[in-house]
Amino acid sequence: MRHLTIPIDDEAIGDLKVGDPVALSGVMITARDAAHKWMVETFVKKTRPPQGDDLAVYEALKPLLNGSAIYHCGPVVAGLDTKQYRFVAAGPTTSIREEPYQGEVMRHFNVKAVIGKGGMGAKTLAACQDVPGVYLHAIGGAASLIAQTVVKVIGVYKLDFGVPEAMWVIEVKDFPAVVTMNAHGVSLHAEIEAKSKAVLERLLST
Amino acid sequence: MRDLTEALVELIRRTSTDLPADVEESLVGAREREEAGSAAQSALSSILENVALSRRNSTPICQDTGTPIFYVHHPEGWSTRRLREQIRAAVAQATARSYLRPNAVDALTDKNSGNNLGDDAFPTVHFEEVEGDALVIDLMLKGGGCENVGAQYSLPNGELGAGRDLKGVRKAVLDAAHKAQGQGCAPGILGVAVGGDRGSSYYASKEVLLRKMDDANPDPKLAEMEQQLVDEANQLGIGPMGFGGQTTVLGVKMTGMHRLPASFFVSVSYMCWAHRHRRMIVRGDDVTYE
Repeated sequence: MRHLTIPIDDEAIGDLKVGDPVALSGVMITARDAAHKWMVETFVKKTRPPQGDDLAVYEALKPLLNGSAIYHCGPVVAGLDTKQYRFVAAGPTTSIREEPYQGEVMRHFNVKAVIGKGGMGAKTLAACQDVPGVYLHAIGGAASLIAQTVVKVIGVYKLDFGVPEAMWVIEVKDFPAVVTMNAHGVSLHAEIEAKSKAVLERLLST
Repeated sequence: MRDLTEALVELIRRTSTDLPADVEESLVGAREREEAGSAAQSALSSILENVALSRRNSTPICQDTGTPIFYVHHPEGWSTRRLREQIRAAVAQATARSYLRPNAVDALTDKNSGNNLGDDAFPTVHFEEVEGDALVIDLMLKGGGCENVGAQYSLPNGELGAGRDLKGVRKAVLDAAHKAQGQGCAPGILGVAVGGDRGSSYYASKEVLLRKMDDANPDPKLAEMEQQLVDEANQLGIGPMGFGGQTTVLGVKMTGMHRLPASFFVSVSYMCWAHRHRRMIVRGDDVTYE
């Protein structure tokens, strides 16, 4: 088990190999479909003018994301009425939906780790090499277990996206994950896809 | 008619937080088959630890509590309109109590309703009048990650070399299992419907998932095919979470339907390992849960 502290330095990123179990500690942010689309359209490609609190949130996010981790997660949150937020269930969501956006977000904000499930594709793998960064695979569905590693909900941005899609700023201690895409262009997902494809072709030929 | 709202909240709590024993047992079996110290075995250990923790603390097994799908079998005399109202009230209450995540998003405005109540299909409620005196309500929570990797094939399919027979069905199901990779939270359970139209076929492919994990299909041909598909899907080596390993699927459940002469659909509903479903039985004043 390798312990990683956020912000994560380049040396620690460079040392990570595919298959390494890691325990992550520090402040990270949840972001999924709505947040990625919003970040890319408003601040990276600038195809959509900033509205409402967009610019203020952008300024707040920049230092938080710099050297940090994005977690693909739409949590179950208690305390919504009192704003004494607490994560009740917080496993990863499927990451591949962010493939069109992820690389640009990593480069723009200097995001060092993307955490989710199911893996990502070639664009994100290339960004992992450039930034450098890694993709960390959390255990899909292990929501109560992972929620216990969220020691504090520091705040929330874009709650108008809805609870699952909002950007929750959380402090985690020993958040468990496995490196499945590293900064040297190795992807466990590409490897498993290729191997299973060969088996499928053999099975389909009979 | 009595008010079942509280009893329905309890059904939702149990479904979201307490994985059925047969599903848990098959996960235990899968862990035993994986290589000691592998990422696959470690994933299954975390999964089982999470199952126990969720049951103990009454917290959702998975944060994606999915589309709540209710299958209501009621004797004559029950008002389906009032049952629907009570189901909706229970869903909103269970959301406020954090047993469910607010999941109903208006597809045109992107607005999340905040209480899991959307249009008439959210939550989904199916009604069927039956003989006897017991009201039986099954609830399935179907998460989005696994729903997204479901697939429907129209046979013949030239690319797969799949014709309009069970051999062709086999190829379609294996292709679906491969395409899903680990995305649907493997090891999953595949619900397969052969026939129907596009709508009825997908419907049946979900309903068949209510069967017990270790039961045998009453149709011997399908029973044999279910076992064959489990074996072959597991040869793909995708494994738990797509980490590679022995168990890609925990089970395959199949059903046959009637079809139009022109159509031959194979529908595959992928259920994640967190196969959350529970049953509530109302008989007179008694409410029991399975």
